[in-house]
Amino acid sequence: MFVAAECTPTSFKGFTLIMPAISVGNVGQLAVDLIVSTLNMCRVGYIHTDCLIPMAGNNPYATFAENANDLSTNAEVYSSPELRLAVLQIRTPIIQTKSKKFCKLMVSWIKASGFSRTVVLSSSHAYQRDDQQLLGSPLRYLQTPSMQKVTGDRLKEMDWKEMETVSTFPGVTDSEQRLYIPGGGATKGLFTDSCAEDIPLVVVLIFCSEGDNIPDAFTLLNHLNTWLHLVDAPAQTQPKWRIPASWRLLFGSGIPPALF
Amino acid sequence: MATFFGEVLSVYSRAVEEDDDDLDDENEDERIHREIEEKREVHIVWCPEVAQSLEDSGSNKLQCSDLIIAVGTNAAGFLSAYVLNTESWDAVGHVSLWNERSRGSSRQSIAPLPGEPACLFYRHRDNPAVFGCLQKRGLSVMVLSDSPVAEYKTPDYLYGSAVPFLRSLKSSASKGQALCPALEQPNILTGLPAAVLSHCQVHQIPAVLYQCYTDVISPDSITMETFKPALLCLSKLVKLEPCLSADVLRKFAIITEAQSNLYT
Repeated sequence: MFVAAECTPTSFKGFTLIMPAISVGNVGQLAVDLIVSTLNMCRVGYIHTDCLIPMAGNNPYATFAENANDLSTNAEVYSSPELRLAVLQIRTPIIQTKSKKFCKLMVSWIKASGFSRTVVLSSSHAYQRDDQQLLGSPLRYLQTPSMQKVTGDRLKEMDWKEMETVSTFPGVTDSEQRLYIPGGGATKGLFTDSCAEDIPLVVVLIFCSEGDNIPDAFTLLNHLNTWLHLVDAPAQTQPKWRIPASWRLLFGSGIPPALF
Repeated sequence: MATFFGEVLSVYSRAVEEDDDDLDDENEDERIHREIEEKREVHIVWCPEVAQSLEDSGSNKLQCSDLIIAVGTNAAGFLSAYVLNTESWDAVGHVSLWNERSRGSSRQSIAPLPGEPACLFYRHRDNPAVFGCLQKRGLSVMVLSDSPVAEYKTPDYLYGSAVPFLRSLKSSASKGQALCPALEQPNILTGLPAAVLSHCQVHQIPAVLYQCYTDVISPDSITMETFKPALLCLSKLVKLEPCLSADVLRKFAIITEAQSNLYT
C-alpha cells in the first residue's frame, strides 16, 4: 500500500505522523496543505490503494517553474527528517463501501511504520453542537489510551477541551454514552480502530460548516502549533503559514468581462 | 438547518455523506455485498491467439512497448478515425464488466458492437509490441482523454476561439518534452485516466496524458483533430491518416439532431 518514491526506503520509526480525515469543509486537508507548503516537505512515497477515488494533477506546492510539472496523485506521504515529521495528504474522498477497509489499511500501515504518535486533523458539523458546545472554543481533541500514556495530561493542562460524548438514546436519562462525530468521515473509524490496536493517536478537530474553510484551517493549525511547535511564532502573534499554489481559483474561473 | 422563511433545509457537505457514521453491516447485507462485488469484477476476454500466447509466456504477461489508451468519445473517435482506420490493427480483446449503471442485469459474453459503450484492445499487425497488457519494464503509456472546457479553471476568461485545446500531464519517469503545455494548477483529472497515470507514477512507468478541453458535448471532428500532435512522437510505430475524407469522419462524429422539437 505504501510505495516509496525513490529507490532508497524511508524509515519512519519514531516520527510523528500528521494526516487529515476527509471531513466537513475539508479542513484537515487544507491544514495539511499548509504544513507541507510552509515546511517545504519533500514527497517520499505514495499510498496506492483502491479505496480512494483516483486523481492526478501537477505539483500543488510548486514554487518555481522547474518543480511545477511533477505529477501528484491522490494520497502522498511527505517527510521532514530534521523535524522527525511525516505528513500524509489525502486529496480525494474514500469510496463509501471501502471506508472500513481504508481505516484498517491505515492503522496497519501506521503500526508497521513505527510512528511514535499520529495526529488526525478533522472537523465536525457545527450545526450539530449542543447548547454547551455553542459557547467557547470550537476546537476539540480525542486521544487513545496509548497516547494518554505518552503525553499524560499535557493536552488538558494546555486547556484543550476533550470531545464530548452523546447519549446513545437521546432523552433517556441514564443511557450509555457514545462517541459521535457528525461530518467527521472516517475519523471515528480511525479512532476506534487505533484504540483497539494500541496506537498512540490524537484527533484534533474543529466545529465548522461548509463554505470558505480557509480561516477554519488556519484556526485548527494554529491550535495544533501550540502543542507541536511546527513553526516558531513570537509570543502573542500567530505563526506565518505559506499558502500553496493549488489554492488559487477555489471558487471557480475568472469572470467573463462580457457579463458586465 | 432552518432558513429565513421557516422551512427546514437539509445541510449537505461536499466532503462527507450524511450516513458516514455507524456503517454496521448485518450478516446478510455482507453476503449481498460480496455477491455484488463478485458481479462487478472486471474481466478481460482475449481472442484465441492472444490467449494462447498469454499461456505460453508462463507469467501471464504479454510483451508490450507502447500502450495507447483513449478515454472519452472524442479521444476514442480520434483513435478510431485517424489510427485504427489504417487497417493494420486487429481487435484482440475486450473488457467484460458489469456495474449498476450497465443496461441489463448480467454481463455480456460476446464482444460489444460498435456504438455501445465498450473497452476494446487493438494490436498493430506489423508491430505487435504496440498495444498492451500492463507489464512494468520497457513499457510506455499514452492516454488520450477529453473533458468539457467548463471544468477548466483559469484566472482569465477563455474566449471561444481558444477552444478546443490540449494540455498534458507526465509521470516522473517520462523523459522528453510533451507536445503541448502542461496542465496548470489547480486543474486536476479524475476517473480512469487519473487511475492509469497514478499507477504509472507509483510504479515508475513512463506515461504521458493528453487532455483535450472542448465545448462540444458529442463527438466532433474538430475536437478529434486536436489530438493529432499527440501521436507525432509515436509516428514511427503508428501510422496516422494525414487527411481524412468527410465520410470517414462522419461515421465517428454524431451529428446532433433535434431529438424532440417542441414545435413538431
